[in-house]
Amino acid sequence: MTLFAGIDSGSWNTKAAVIDADGRVLATAVVRSGADLEGAAERAYKAALAKGGLTQRDVAAVWSTGFGRNSVPFAHGSRTELDCHGRGVAFYVPGPLVVIDIGGQDAKVIRLDASGLRLSHRMNRKCAAGTGSFLDEIALRLGVEMQDLDRLAQTSTDELELSSFCTVFAGTELLSLIRSGKRPADLAKAAYRSLVKRITAMDVLQGKIIATGGVVAYHPTVVTLLSQACRTEVAVSPHPQEIGAFGAALAARDAGSTPEVERDESTSPRELKVRDVP
Amino acid sequence: MGETEKNGNGATGAASSRADFASMGALRETMAAYFESLRSAAEDHTAPVAWCSSVGPAELLRALGFAVYFPENHAAMLGASRTANRYLPLAHAQGYSPDTCSYLASDIGAWLAGETPLTAFGLSAPPRPDVLVFNTNQCRDVRDWFAWYGRTLDVPLMGITSPRSIDEVTDIEIDGVTRQLEALVPRLEAVAGTRLDASRLSAALSASHDGSTLWSACLATAAARPAPLTFFDGTIQMGPAVVLRGLPEAAAYYRILLAELQQRVDQGIGAVPGESLRLYWDGMPIWGRLRALATTFAEFRTSVVASTYCNSWIFTLDPDDPFGSMARASLELFIVRSEEAKERYLEQMVERYDVDGMIFHDCRTCATNSNTRYGMPRRLTERLGLPTLVLDGDMNDLRCYSDDQSRTNIEGFVEQLTDARAANRRGTRA
Repeated sequence: MTLFAGIDSGSWNTKAAVIDADGRVLATAVVRSGADLEGAAERAYKAALAKGGLTQRDVAAVWSTGFGRNSVPFAHGSRTELDCHGRGVAFYVPGPLVVIDIGGQDAKVIRLDASGLRLSHRMNRKCAAGTGSFLDEIALRLGVEMQDLDRLAQTSTDELELSSFCTVFAGTELLSLIRSGKRPADLAKAAYRSLVKRITAMDVLQGKIIATGGVVAYHPTVVTLLSQACRTEVAVSPHPQEIGAFGAALAARDAGSTPEVERDESTSPRELKVRDVP
Repeated sequence: MGETEKNGNGATGAASSRADFASMGALRETMAAYFESLRSAAEDHTAPVAWCSSVGPAELLRALGFAVYFPENHAAMLGASRTANRYLPLAHAQGYSPDTCSYLASDIGAWLAGETPLTAFGLSAPPRPDVLVFNTNQCRDVRDWFAWYGRTLDVPLMGITSPRSIDEVTDIEIDGVTRQLEALVPRLEAVAGTRLDASRLSAALSASHDGSTLWSACLATAAARPAPLTFFDGTIQMGPAVVLRGLPEAAAYYRILLAELQQRVDQGIGAVPGESLRLYWDGMPIWGRLRALATTFAEFRTSVVASTYCNSWIFTLDPDDPFGSMARASLELFIVRSEEAKERYLEQMVERYDVDGMIFHDCRTCATNSNTRYGMPRRLTERLGLPTLVLDGDMNDLRCYSDDQSRTNIEGFVEQLTDARAANRRGTRA
């Protein structure tokens, strides 16, 4: 059985996925990235292998993606997370479609055509609003753990608006609202609403929309609000947090059979040569 | 495929590492001579000094015998030397918003700090102006910028208040600016201590016309495959086109450069070895990241073959109609035009340079030169089927630029274009 692996080296979490030649996910793992991205990549990879009862010898190729894609020394190639999230989702969902990825530090909107080719992408503009970092700040201000934020929001009864454009401002605005007697549950929901507003301002969101990333994996209220804002049901991809790693594993699988991508054996194994098709 | 690549003409060029331009020596000498003339004017009092906005009435000033200094050139040097961020806070403390022109703020900040990269050219400071001359055709900020110096140094400030966002340039706009230019003459004569000589003005206009015609020809060589120079090369090579307007030295240098570029075209030598993708850059340079961006694009075998910015110092000037042609030239520039006119221009450039995509630089502190803000990238993509990418940054304030995010954006864009090309060739595109 020929296996392939993908490592998504994110600024918050490093994800690993191991797949077979048919694209079936055999194992995944998520570890905190911390300051040692190389170490995190290794830990995530080993954790995924262990979960699947596999060894490195079983894996024919590993590709990387994410913010730290060039910090995975054992990767044979890399593609951006823009590619891998789209590639991963397109494996499960036929296009045309829009992929919304909400991560710890960035948010992306990726548009694919009917064949799964990327048409465009948008990334958030140097600002944590609209990302997991924003929710981290909100949870801190509300005095709850991140994993409890969604449960809290689901008990909301009053529709509030957080007017701030900025994570820091939103934090201080929250304090004002708390002082004025607003309920934490309503504030939590307002924070999710604010995050969704930032996402819907990034691009025109219509048609088939699939959400990925750790935020949608652990905060289903975001998906509900996205669906309301987009006026269509937003689905969550399989393996939403690991979809980037899955996409990288698919890229590893496809690298051997795709004529337009060649690996230059004289260079570092993780250097991707993008060559013109003859 | 090995290490050789065919170019569009069928000639084979070695995909060697990038070779520097042989003309760089001549460029350095040309620019050094310019800065020496400024030093001499300011310190030896060989000529009165005029500060001029970059597309202001430089020919008129040269004809009156002024040594002409361009503060925007100084600001670009601050950006390229990555020292601008040292000076920005000094201007911000004076009340200039961090959201407005980082050229203005870094230049004023450097003045307040008493520091300048001009020391490399023998000047201890920017040459003290005798007059400050602006044209708001490019933006209002140049007037605010010069006004600071006017107040601080008690120096006369004068210039052109220009129409902007013009669709078609008509006699209405031309006549208005012509009258303003003519009205400047007696005021400038009073500072210069001499009368305007028609033959000197004619000579200045001819020199500018020749220089910008040759500069335009240099840029046009990038239509070849592979392109012999990139936008990043252009930001360095454009020096004479900007600061030597009205003088024959600009044309003299660009004859040398053009010959070298044509030789590169004939030999199939590209600025980016193995050129695979071609892009167009709209908007300001990110001065402090020129080398890094040039390296990144080259790594992806992507040549940024043309730009709006480098093509902005091309003037059609008529010595037989000096004031009318100066007025017209100042109004026809891209930066002065409407969204519709700009889109028509960009469409022509896309076709002329046969690009695969366009990059728009959204420059934080230069709204005037950020054509991302009213939906243009999306309209171009929809109308032309041309992929576009918006990069966030700034011309001088590197706090507004993310190396990592930009690299991901660029790399992702290259992936998108390469995959689309491969799919088109396989016939698998949806």
